[in-house]
Amino acid sequence: MLEDLFDKVKFRMGSDKKEQRPATMEVPSDLLFKCPRCQQVVFMDQFEQNCKVCAACGYHSRISAKERLEITVDNQSFHEYDSGMRSKNPIGFEGYEEKLQEMRSLTGLDDAVITGECRIMGEQCVIGVMDSRFMMASMGSVVGEKIARAFERAADKNLPVVLFTASGGARMQEGIIGLMQMAKTSGAVARHGEKGLLYITVLTDPTTGGVTASFASLGDIILAEPKVLVGFAGRRVIENTIQQRLPDDFQSAEFLLEHGFVDKIVTREEMRKTLADLLKIHYKGGGCCE
Amino acid sequence: MNELTAWERMGLIRQKTRPTVREYIPMIFDSFIEFHGDRHFGDDPAIVGGVGWFDGTPVTVIGQVKGRNLEENKTTNFSMPHPEGYRKALRLMKQAEKFHRPVICFIDTPGAYCGIGAEERGQGEAIAQNLAQLMRLKTTVISIVLGEGGSGGALALGVCDELAMLENATYSIISPRGFASILWKDASREREAANRMRMTAEDLVELGVAERIIREAPGGAHRNPVLTAEYISGYIRSALGRTRGLSMEELLEKRYGKFRKLGQFTLPE
Repeated sequence: MLEDLFDKVKFRMGSDKKEQRPATMEVPSDLLFKCPRCQQVVFMDQFEQNCKVCAACGYHSRISAKERLEITVDNQSFHEYDSGMRSKNPIGFEGYEEKLQEMRSLTGLDDAVITGECRIMGEQCVIGVMDSRFMMASMGSVVGEKIARAFERAADKNLPVVLFTASGGARMQEGIIGLMQMAKTSGAVARHGEKGLLYITVLTDPTTGGVTASFASLGDIILAEPKVLVGFAGRRVIENTIQQRLPDDFQSAEFLLEHGFVDKIVTREEMRKTLADLLKIHYKGGGCCE
Repeated sequence: MNELTAWERMGLIRQKTRPTVREYIPMIFDSFIEFHGDRHFGDDPAIVGGVGWFDGTPVTVIGQVKGRNLEENKTTNFSMPHPEGYRKALRLMKQAEKFHRPVICFIDTPGAYCGIGAEERGQGEAIAQNLAQLMRLKTTVISIVLGEGGSGGALALGVCDELAMLENATYSIISPRGFASILWKDASREREAANRMRMTAEDLVELGVAERIIREAPGGAHRNPVLTAEYISGYIRSALGRTRGLSMEELLEKRYGKFRKLGQFTLPE
């Protein structure tokens, strides 16, 4: 009898769980947005009207490179560089070509970055935007080459550069050639900087690994969107190394600001105006003696 | 011709008896004086740096320090530098530039350290600065991979005019274990990963990442460290000779060009 009672309780507890699950677990992704930071759920159209920013906690979620350009650059002012550049398979990694093909059809992009020239509230600049949907915007030959070319062209034309970074790091599938893009891009940034030209980095969600350890950390001015993830090592890697759980705000934009690695946290709404102001204040130098 | 597979070479270079930079320095350089600290936070024992003489020429020497036992490895953090290590290296590189000394870097690390302190003090920023500043450093930079060249943590001492590999050394984007775990979700396939990643000295020369391979004593550097040190000295002598005739502008153009050409892509006609 006692056993029966237990069974009944067990059954009831089990069925309770089952009844609860559908309501909390299955969020139809096209109708609702669930914030990965604060877990709040809102209607998708509300979330989109809010520039894909979580109204509850201010987390600035990932947006595509195309969406980013739309909300950042002046109408009709964007001219793309190196459209159609595609990666080869430098270490002959099995399945890489297929993966690239799949990503191309999924995103409509050739690789993880779009670069070009534009105006932001009238201010001319070279711009680059990374798109985390394409293999987590990892940096291989194409990302490295497009970023390097963007800085070289900006140096030739005496233009500032604005980069929106997002990346999982160097692209594993390209092996050592992926790693070498860090040196190539950093070198291009340094040469551009030596001409006295401005480079603004905007850190967006997520910026990690080899991109953090190269051009993303080299801006004259480093901005970040609120609550985004920025760091060198992956969170799980660190947790495994030190065998303890990390605080929730670890490697957030706010964490970086506190430790002195970000100049300013800027919301999506204020970004365009802030960039334009910064470009303007750097135009043709100050009033200092020659 | 070295017949060992990448995986077999990894076994060899991870042996405790493999000579470290600390053993090579007195065999290669005269009157080495070690310098400490990054002038901002602290001193990182995972990186050794200082000045000495090579063939009667003053040079700056910087290297990652593997330990040969647990005690040493506790001190040198298994040769995984923190940001202050990279900043110490950069400080000494800038010092070398000021006094027109060539910089000789020895790479031997599984990677930059991944931990809370490293993130708080900007591991990414420290490595990025080294890459950018080394590319423009107005003096000769020669880098030699002694054992493991692991990822960005190795590259931070590897932006140079010439990169040489000891014949059993490896250099890769990530450890084979990490590679297998990320791409195949199976860390146990690390041997297969090592043999596919193209991380041996020959692979790197073929891919245009390294310029030269330095012979080791028969059976590996640990069999005869003195002989291996002689081979390394011979290489440094020839490498310094190759950069000597160049103007500063030529040197820096060549250095950038070496990295600039790495990448494989197509553009539409």
